[in-house]
Amino acid sequence: MSGATASRWGLRTAALTYLTLLLIIPVATIFYKAFEHGFSAAWESITTHNAIHALELTLLMVAVAVPLNAVFGVACAILLVRHRWWGNRVIDAIINLPFAISPVVIGLSLFLLYGVGGWFAGLSEAGIKILFAVPGMVLASTFVSVPFVVRETVPVLQEIGVDQEQAASTLGASSWQTFWRITLPAIRWGVAYGIVLTTARVLGEFGAVSVVSGKISGQTETLPIFVAKQFDEYNFTGAYAGAVLLALLALSALLAMNLFKRKEVA
Amino acid sequence: MGIAVEGAFKRFGDFQALDDVSINVPDGSLTALLGPSGSGKSTLLRAIAGLETLDSGRVLINDHDVSTRPAQKREVGFVFQHYAAFKHMTVFGNVGFGLSIRKWKKPAIADRVHELLRLVQLDGLADRYPSQLSGGQRQRMALARALAVEPQVLLLDEPFGALDAKVRKDLRTWLRNLHEEMHVTTIFVTHDQEEAMDVAGQLVVMNEGRVEQSGSADELYEHPANEFVMSFVGEVNRLGDHFVRPHDMEVVLDPDERTEEGMVQRIVALGFEIRVEFVLGDGTEIWAQLTRPELQRLELREGQIAYLRPIQTKSFNGGPPSSDHGASTPRGGDDGGDAEVSAAV
Repeated sequence: MSGATASRWGLRTAALTYLTLLLIIPVATIFYKAFEHGFSAAWESITTHNAIHALELTLLMVAVAVPLNAVFGVACAILLVRHRWWGNRVIDAIINLPFAISPVVIGLSLFLLYGVGGWFAGLSEAGIKILFAVPGMVLASTFVSVPFVVRETVPVLQEIGVDQEQAASTLGASSWQTFWRITLPAIRWGVAYGIVLTTARVLGEFGAVSVVSGKISGQTETLPIFVAKQFDEYNFTGAYAGAVLLALLALSALLAMNLFKRKEVA
Repeated sequence: MGIAVEGAFKRFGDFQALDDVSINVPDGSLTALLGPSGSGKSTLLRAIAGLETLDSGRVLINDHDVSTRPAQKREVGFVFQHYAAFKHMTVFGNVGFGLSIRKWKKPAIADRVHELLRLVQLDGLADRYPSQLSGGQRQRMALARALAVEPQVLLLDEPFGALDAKVRKDLRTWLRNLHEEMHVTTIFVTHDQEEAMDVAGQLVVMNEGRVEQSGSADELYEHPANEFVMSFVGEVNRLGDHFVRPHDMEVVLDPDERTEEGMVQRIVALGFEIRVEFVLGDGTEIWAQLTRPELQRLELREGQIAYLRPIQTKSFNGGPPSSDHGASTPRGGDDGGDAEVSAAV
């Protein structure tokens, strides 16, 4: 065996060991534990009223936050890459804030802003409930998942360059037509990957949402909060089954993208 | 008619890309914008297409001032150096793009696309993706795409720059023939003087954001306006204030009052053409272009002393030819009438 082959196998073994210890074993344990007392026990624990409500609420977060951040992310990436402007550096730095700040801090900041005495406290006085209600949770979910689509789209936009867009304009296409027919198809896999990451992030968000939600069972409880609560209450089957459900949701988003991609390449 | 640019200025930061450029391209002509990189030739082409906005100046296409029109409304066909193929579309989709933007009906688009693909010799490849084509095929597809919408003018930005030498030569011939068939006013940008002379009827030589000279290939070669044009459109030797083309250097074995003594440094055989490099008494290095029979007749060897007689030199000082290099004996012939051309030095 040559030195190069040896080092290649060494790297492969190291990578696989690392991933096995850190990711595969813990996740596999969750799956095992969830079904330890049979499939029906697991099924029952995630079909209770509170569990179904938590699932619905989580899907609602995804349904609102993901489209918002997808549209904002693509628009923002185009602004950053295609329109040189001094403010771009500021925008670029701000986009990274949700990565840099702990979700709990984000939750607390929303709490300060919309809570009693906050700048936007007027809203709740006017009867629009933000804190301990769905709007606040949507806000928190959207906040924490802002960067993904922008970060995935910017490099792809840079890579495709402006030639194709300029060619389209000389052929008579308006900027809107150019965007839909040239730019978006060219960056679609970057955007799609950003959307999958955003979805996964929103599905799993715990810190920021739990601060603003008040964690009221059956009302302001998302799946991750439901899982944590079941765990706290020693309902381990419920906690593990909920966790498996969450993992499956995120995996199916990833799988859906891969299927589309394979279908197109074929 | 045709294309006219009047008093164009364009600055990128500290860089003056266009510095008071005016050109006139006759209707139906094939014109080359020739210059080194950074000379402003691509910027000028892009300004005509509307892909670059001028700081000041006007662009006229067929007598219409299009200076304020966006690219999408200028009706130009533009071909990019790196093809700018729509990678997610087939060849058919690429060529038909401009027509579908113009809301043509599907059967009409299909007819027109296939007609163009035959013209650029890509029929049968309509369902391929650009990634499945060679460079030359991609560039022909880009040309078909630009021609599909029947543009008023065709603009090509170093269209053969990314192709290898053989394909480039073929496409040159092919473009010239195509232009003879279509007669659409065409401008193409190149830094290769041979390519410009081969393809274009008219040349515009640019340097440092300005037009140095325009005219036919013969005019530029025989009567260059200045040192830059003379050295850009052909090989040149410098003798003091005078310039002489290597093929205007006569090599003889017997000196007279009009010859310079030189030592043969190197003889390079390039097929029929022979490049003989000399060093003169004052250290000046010059070379003469001989034919193979001439070399055989002279029996030159490296290290030998021989004598050089410039047949025709040029000087761009504006004054009368200087006589630094010995007695000046005016001669008639083809340099008569050009005040800046001096005969023997």
